Amino acid sequence: MGEKKLMKGNEALAEAMIRAGCDAYFGYPITPQSEVLEYLSREATKRTGMVLIQAESEVAAINMIYGAAGCGKRVMTTSSSPGISLMQEGLSYIASAELPCLLANVNRGGPGLGTIQPAQGDYFQSVKGGGHGDYHLLVLAPYSVQETVDFVKLGFELAEKYRTPVMILSDGAIGQMMEKVELFPQIERVPDRGFPWQTSGKPINGERRYITSLHIQPEKMEEINRRLQAKYKKMQEEEVRFQSMQIDDAEYILTAFGLVSRICMKTVQLGRAKGIKLGMIRPQTLFPFPIKQFAEIAPKVKGILDVEMNAGQMVEDVRLAVEGKTRVEFYGRMGGVIPSPEEVLQHFEQTFL
Amino acid sequence: MNQEVLEKNLTVVEEDICIRENLVYERPSTLIDIEMHYCPGCGHSTVHKILMEVVQELGIQNDTIGVAPVGCSVFAYHYLDVDMQQAAHGRACAVATGIKRVLPDKYVFTYQGDGDLAAIGTGETIHAANRGENILVIFINNGIYGMTSGQMAPTTIPGMVTTTSPYGRDVEVQGHPLKIGELLALLPGVCYITRQAVNSAANVRKCKKAIKNAFEYQKRKLGFSMVEIVSNCPSNWKMAPVESNKYVENTMIPYYPLGDIKVPEVK
Ligand SMILES: Cc1ncc(C[n+]2csc(CCOP(=O)(O)OP(=O)(O)O)c2C)c(N)n1
Ligand code: SF4
Ligand SMILES: [Mg+2]
Repeated sequence: MGEKKLMKGNEALAEAMIRAGCDAYFGYPITPQSEVLEYLSREATKRTGMVLIQAESEVAAINMIYGAAGCGKRVMTTSSSPGISLMQEGLSYIASAELPCLLANVNRGGPGLGTIQPAQGDYFQSVKGGGHGDYHLLVLAPYSVQETVDFVKLGFELAEKYRTPVMILSDGAIGQMMEKVELFPQIERVPDRGFPWQTSGKPINGERRYITSLHIQPEKMEEINRRLQAKYKKMQEEEVRFQSMQIDDAEYILTAFGLVSRICMKTVQLGRAKGIKLGMIRPQTLFPFPIKQFAEIAPKVKGILDVEMNAGQMVEDVRLAVEGKTRVEFYGRMGGVIPSPEEVLQHFEQTFL
Repeated sequence: MNQEVLEKNLTVVEEDICIRENLVYERPSTLIDIEMHYCPGCGHSTVHKILMEVVQELGIQNDTIGVAPVGCSVFAYHYLDVDMQQAAHGRACAVATGIKRVLPDKYVFTYQGDGDLAAIGTGETIHAANRGENILVIFINNGIYGMTSGQMAPTTIPGMVTTTSPYGRDVEVQGHPLKIGELLALLPGVCYITRQAVNSAANVRKCKKAIKNAFEYQKRKLGFSMVEIVSNCPSNWKMAPVESNKYVENTMIPYYPLGDIKVPEVK
């Protein structure tokens, strides 16, 4: 049993990063995730000696990540929506150069400077690549402070397993709320992970290594693309994570990720109390998306209501997954407004009953 | 001369001079023996050579990590026989920061063009310098965007013709050339800024010495060093190599005078 604490989402995230044996963090302040850098500034270096830099911008931060990840180190950055937008070029390079790293996007409302309130409008820029070219981040969507902590550890493991950038997509509410968490014990930092590709000085009896995303021969660039796509296919086969609730006898499915799934859990209860057979599916990985699970349930139900704090982003993936085998409707609030369970139920009843 | 005599003569010549004892120059073993993609007469190849000579002479090949951002020298990793990272356009100093902070005992250098270092990457350059990142920046100032075929750079000198200043750089419209070396020298994190050139044998020798100094300062953890090299781009300047070196001497260097701009206080 790990240590139990009452912690704020962002601070728990930072604590998990330290405990995961992270070697370096590079980041730039932005609400609603500035507590991460603040907490690390107080705790990180003195406890594990990890490197910590407040970068001059998110652009610089993600490129520092590139450099340190390229040396085979366990590295992480965090930001929120506008900052993630600035990181997209760097993320494309990182994905192409196949460098493992972890980032967290504590989503706030947009577009533009938007609002500091929680939102889910970054599904597209997180799940669909976000930068230029054909690539994906592996995206984990926690719905609680506890899951944020667990996903830090898992995220580093997946990043290293697949040599890929992994994103934890949470939101301002999960970042700011306080909950009880069980923390995993401190994992020692590894002085040298000894990856064959890491640029840590040419081995005395070996070849020099170089990290690049530049391949001007089209055939070579296509080969790299094929390698990336094969990796994404493997993730699709092996890394899909989701949670379902009362789906066995369900006539209708609510689906949501992150914060909204908590609201929908309550809606399921409210519906069941009224005799409506509601169930819920909560994707924990947004990429890879639980395509198979939606495809399987679709012919068994009368409809799916996808609820998000945006104008309808994940719903596109739900629709693709069910291939028209059931009716898929959407309900969303935007700009930082959090829907209530009653409101979701009411919308459900108006739409489906 | 008939064939037999010719072959005999050639054999004699080979036997006479092509022997190790007679070698006056060898390519450094730290420079990979393949054809470079640089245009004939381009300063990039000269700088690659002296940089790798220094790495060889200091015996730091296994402890050096280079960063080559986008620009003509983005393929430097094909030539420099050290561990290398290719970086996004302008971000070399951030990438180098990431490397150096996690591997503080390694030698880290970037190799950047003027567009890279002084336009799109100005922020990263200034902040890495200001944090006193203990890295070496090799800055190739050729007054032009070489890789994208000849657009105006932040360092293009007034009146210089480029594809985006076809009537010559007009400072009223296009602003002034950025003397980033002088600017960086103001920052306390900076230990060494020098401006060199590779347009003549004498300048090549001085430039090499400067690079060596910078690595030595890095070893002593003195902070940020930059060796600016006023260089040429014969292809986009639309000049023959010799003519381009004269242009460096007669037009570029008067605007960008050579020599140390800042040296470490404790030598
Ligand atoms: C984000 C981004 N913007 C623009 C470019 C296009 N680009 C590539 S190299 C370059 C300029 C290179 O000039 P410089 O840094 O002076 O290097 P040189 O080729 O002259 O050595 C530009 C604008 C790019 N690769 N990435
Ligand atoms: S374009 Fe200019 S800078 Fe680039 S290799 Fe050719 S001469 Fe050198
Ligand atoms: Mg240039």
